[in-house]
Amino acid sequence: MSKAKDTKEKLWGNANPAPYMQATSRGLTKKIVKQISASKHEPNWMLQHRLDSLELFKNMPMPNWGPDLSKLDLDKITYFAQAHDQQATDWKDVPKDIKNTFDKLGIPQAEQKALAGVGAQYESTVIYHNLKQQWQDQGVIFEDMDVALQKYPELMSEYFMKAVPSHLHKFTALHGAVWSGGTFLYVPKGVNIDLPLQAYFRMNAKGMGQFEHTLIIVEEDAQAHYIEGCSAPRYGVDSLHAGCVEIYVKKNARFRYSSVESWSKDAYNLNTKRAIVEENARIEWVGGNFGSNVTMLYPCSVLKGLGASADHLGLAFANSGQIQDAGAKVIHLASQTSSNIVMKSISKGGGVSLYRGLVDISAKADNVSISVNCDALLLDDNSHSDTIPVMKINNATATVVHEARAGKISAKDLFYLQSRGLSEEEAINMIVNGFIEPITRELPLEYAVEMNRMIELEIEGGIG
Amino acid sequence: MKLLLQIKNLHIAVDDREIIKGLDLEIKSGEIHIIMGPNGAGKSTLSNALLGDPSLDLKQGKIVFVDKNISDFKTEDRAKLGLFMSWQHPPEITGVSLDQFLFLAYKNIMLAQDKKWQAPSIFEFKQKLEQEAAKLEIPIKFLQRSLNVGFSGGEKKKIEMLQLAILEPKLAILDETDSGLDVDAIKLLHQAIKEFKVKDRAVLLITHHPNILDYIKPDYVHIMIDGQIVKSGSQDLIKEVQKAGFKSYVQS
Repeated sequence: MSKAKDTKEKLWGNANPAPYMQATSRGLTKKIVKQISASKHEPNWMLQHRLDSLELFKNMPMPNWGPDLSKLDLDKITYFAQAHDQQATDWKDVPKDIKNTFDKLGIPQAEQKALAGVGAQYESTVIYHNLKQQWQDQGVIFEDMDVALQKYPELMSEYFMKAVPSHLHKFTALHGAVWSGGTFLYVPKGVNIDLPLQAYFRMNAKGMGQFEHTLIIVEEDAQAHYIEGCSAPRYGVDSLHAGCVEIYVKKNARFRYSSVESWSKDAYNLNTKRAIVEENARIEWVGGNFGSNVTMLYPCSVLKGLGASADHLGLAFANSGQIQDAGAKVIHLASQTSSNIVMKSISKGGGVSLYRGLVDISAKADNVSISVNCDALLLDDNSHSDTIPVMKINNATATVVHEARAGKISAKDLFYLQSRGLSEEEAINMIVNGFIEPITRELPLEYAVEMNRMIELEIEGGIG
Repeated sequence: MKLLLQIKNLHIAVDDREIIKGLDLEIKSGEIHIIMGPNGAGKSTLSNALLGDPSLDLKQGKIVFVDKNISDFKTEDRAKLGLFMSWQHPPEITGVSLDQFLFLAYKNIMLAQDKKWQAPSIFEFKQKLEQEAAKLEIPIKFLQRSLNVGFSGGEKKKIEMLQLAILEPKLAILDETDSGLDVDAIKLLHQAIKEFKVKDRAVLLITHHPNILDYIKPDYVHIMIDGQIVKSGSQDLIKEVQKAGFKSYVQS
């Protein structure tokens, strides 16, 4: 704890920000924040929001309740970078080097597979955006956030950072000050989008922060599924990802948010995701977390309306040197709300995975039902897993079930598969893929395949 | 007939406790052998040792299979040579479907035995699998379910026999495959063994049920007591056991 405090003083104790007032764009100052806002021709309220957030950020302490963040040097982060000025509307117009990167990530193929829309973020600017005509005709908006701010100012001022306010914690304050790019999705009343909409994010420049903002509004009786993949190549300088996802699910609406995140092994992934769920509406979170140095991610569902429900399905893979501190938060504000949390973690080579969860039932919420299920798989003896489930239950009518299991791959299972001619590695892959199957089966096929492949890559190189 | 398996003076220990205490056995292609013995005689340890269970220590002796000393072979390589064991208690493995797993096993084993072997498509494989499953009266939906999860004892045994039919090993060790089965299932098992035992394949059936003769006609019967084969003979030996039990052998 004192370590975190020291860090704070080291970073913010110096009242004179002069060292980074130079031409360098590293570190964070008012000037940079103003630059970001000006470059995007933002309305004044957004500039003010950024500056207020910056003040909050400067005054807020580093979170000290979780993994050690003392090695995260916030002065070395580049807070705004633009790799490409123009936004392409057609795949043909995307520059070649950027295209190659996306090719490796499978973006055009995904497009060919007739997914409903593709938005891809390369560094801070969304360069490719497309939405199938039929959805456009029904009033669906799937847009780069920077563009959305210009085109839909009313929606923006009504919803932007209302579910996740800047003052929530230090990194939401930082996000509020420097956010750039991201996806805006608006699904009008009664519209049902049956194919998943998808976006791919990628941190690309060395030492560059990524602060994309995803804002999703699903109006009454509407349905949609949004999926995003995130990956970053490996770099020697700490990268910071402090994105934000806000989702508003209105009465009787249903929304699924899926993400497969694969960050470079030196990135700090400190992401904040929150959904506000109204009467009889449903939110489903499906997430896979790979890579990163430290991940702190706890998607939050606020069940505000009668009968609202939330489903949290998550997977974290902690390899050597990594801490996956992930979980879920569900706040039950209304009666007959229900939540189901299934978290799976895999640890290998000394990796640490931790389930940190909160379920909070308010006094006026009757007949709430909650199920929490945590499953940890340890691939060797020096890896770790733990669970920190917090339950605040202020209403006696609630039904709460919590189960947690941790174990190693069974020697008997391995022997069995090997007795059928599978190698040790094939057998382990098969068991691990079986372990995560409840999550992969909820993903579109190409994401499920990619997730299995990522697991195989992580496992490659033997089990110690 | 060709010598398939040769076990010489085998000593196997678990945590330094010797379970198999100098065991000899020879099986030629085309033969059916039955090993009988009371609980705790080391029958399952023997079959696990033949497949190279890493939790067992081979202290002394050797196992020769198809002219190769496989005593130090990895389990997967023994399987690839054509050694198969039907497990007494197969594990339940969540999320691993039988068809997926068996397709990989099938490809590995067939390729190991014939480098020029052309793998079928998953579609062709599933057809083959469904045909074999039908013979064993295994519902098709079981093939996509998690391996053995929630299956009854009898269903698990049938799944083992299905794998036997697909993988076509040279020697099948059936560890208590007959136990816990009802009459109809035993008939199916009998049929499966008959179908399996074409050409030069051999069967080593491990059991403690003397009623085995009702459906299987072995070439050799061995009585195993306390880690050793104490008597070998013909089918008549089973009748002896049916009358007097294993007690007389324990004392001898």
